[in-house]
Amino acid sequence: MEFLINLVLLLFLSAVTVAIIGVRNLFAVVVLGGAYSFLMATLLIAMDAVDVGMTEAAVGAGVSTVLLLSALHLTKTDEAPARHSNVLPIALSVLTGLVLVYGTWDLPRYGDSDTPMNTHVGAEYLERSIPETTVPNVVTSVLASYRGYDTLGETAVIFTAGIGVLMLLKGRRRREDEKEEDRS
Amino acid sequence: MTMFTVAALALLVSLGLVLVRVIKGPTIFDRVIAGNSVGTLSVLLLAVIGYVFGRPEFIDLAITYALLNVIGTIAVLKFFRYGDLGASEDEAGS
Repeated sequence: MEFLINLVLLLFLSAVTVAIIGVRNLFAVVVLGGAYSFLMATLLIAMDAVDVGMTEAAVGAGVSTVLLLSALHLTKTDEAPARHSNVLPIALSVLTGLVLVYGTWDLPRYGDSDTPMNTHVGAEYLERSIPETTVPNVVTSVLASYRGYDTLGETAVIFTAGIGVLMLLKGRRRREDEKEEDRS
Repeated sequence: MTMFTVAALALLVSLGLVLVRVIKGPTIFDRVIAGNSVGTLSVLLLAVIGYVFGRPEFIDLAITYALLNVIGTIAVLKFFRYGDLGASEDEAGS
């Protein structure tokens, strides 16, 4: 059953990807991108990567849709026909894909119990995290409890970046307002 | 086959049907509604998958998904109405 769900979701993903390449209307591409993110997040959670799945849903389906739509406001909604031949980009993409597939040959098989990640400290975390932290998800307990200071630092960096961007945008808007007042 | 397995299969089939509408269009409104339905069906699928795999904790995540889906759809519809995400309600009247 798990295999079937993963297989069907992957097939849907490839269908949406082909559609994104083929569609010329950029607004449709944004909607397709949102659908892609939701399918991808569902697949990630079905494969037990809950934290990655949540990030994909929040960033891919939530923020990216909004950002792409804002960008679409500044440009035309239809993609211009390509001026050059598509052969070179397609060949490069296929080549990159092949290299990535070649890279997966050295990865351990999905769910293999003999890999370093399962024989090193993983077992100890699995044993200790629930009695020590009472967090039901082990990955979350590592991120938010054992590496709590690390995560706090990351959050502080992202928060500071957000404040910086907001201040830059605010300063620009105020200057535009002042210009309009001078004119009137 | 349990009830939840059948429900998961039915949801996968309907997800496929909705995806056909997202991909084929033909109008943008078809795509927006179908894209929203993909989000809704993903939420349902997640909730059902939790029971199929024997871990109903996934329901929390499904609820969060539902919230994100609303944000995306509101952004798309606001873009359609005003052509700009920064538009406020006062400007809409003029």
